[in-house]
Amino acid sequence: MGGSSPCASCKLLRRRCAKDCIFAPYFPSDDPHKFAIVHKVFGASNVSKMLQELPIHQRADAVSSLVYEANARVRDPVYGCVGAISYLQNQVSQLQMQLAVAQAEILCIQMQQEPALPTHQIVSDDRSLLHSNLSNLPQYLNFASTSNVIQDPLKRESLWT
Amino acid sequence: MANSTRCAACKYLRRRCSHDCILASYFPSTNPERFACVHKIFGASNITKILQQLPVHQRAVAADCMFFEAGSRVRDPVYGFVAIISQLHQQIIITQRELAETQGQIAFYGAQQVQGLKQKTESRIQYNETMCFNASQ
Repeated sequence: MGGSSPCASCKLLRRRCAKDCIFAPYFPSDDPHKFAIVHKVFGASNVSKMLQELPIHQRADAVSSLVYEANARVRDPVYGCVGAISYLQNQVSQLQMQLAVAQAEILCIQMQQEPALPTHQIVSDDRSLLHSNLSNLPQYLNFASTSNVIQDPLKRESLWT
Repeated sequence: MANSTRCAACKYLRRRCSHDCILASYFPSTNPERFACVHKIFGASNITKILQQLPVHQRAVAADCMFFEAGSRVRDPVYGFVAIISQLHQQIIITQRELAETQGQIAFYGAQQVQGLKQKTESRIQYNETMCFNASQ
């Protein structure tokens, strides 16, 4: 980009926007907030280093995910993105429980409708399905903390083990 | 904190660790990789700013979360933590679909049962009518 229209990053950093500016393709001047928030959370030099280490075709995605994480951190300075994971894992757990209940209901219906079939055959087929659903809960948050002070002020299920 | 017991942050930054160093409680010298990881992604001054803006009782959790996010970003420099969020969204969609299918099956079985009951009732009525007719003959 020439000197006539610096990208959002160079505008914020008050510097000349070189034509090979690494930020320019991803932080256009018409969206200053995008760079501002990434700079606030990660810092311009860190973002520059991260982008430089990536092949060009992956940089746009990297910027999008950095913007997402930065927004999450600004909205929730304590938990950041981790708060979103907590919420989503709760949703998955609830859905898995509902699915397990529905499958148990199907099992009962099948047992009522087909009393001629050996009970153990119907039960073992659907129980294995139930077990696979219940054990399929994601366990993404499992890290050791030096602080041991991980509480959940939103009163959701604790995810740290 | 004396020079000989600098926290991991001050050791990494090669500076004196003061007794009120804000980073010391969350980046102990026993775990230097923790600070190195967070510093690589967020930078020392951003970490300090973020922690300073928080009440003391929330800083430990914030430091843990930053470490977790930074670790994810180091492992996956393109998507970082967002990859996990994306996977969870996918899992929600798949489970919702499965739940809808299972509930559909329940509704189907329920309809079958009602239909079966209706047919039984109708046959019984016809049988009774036939018996009454024969008896009257």
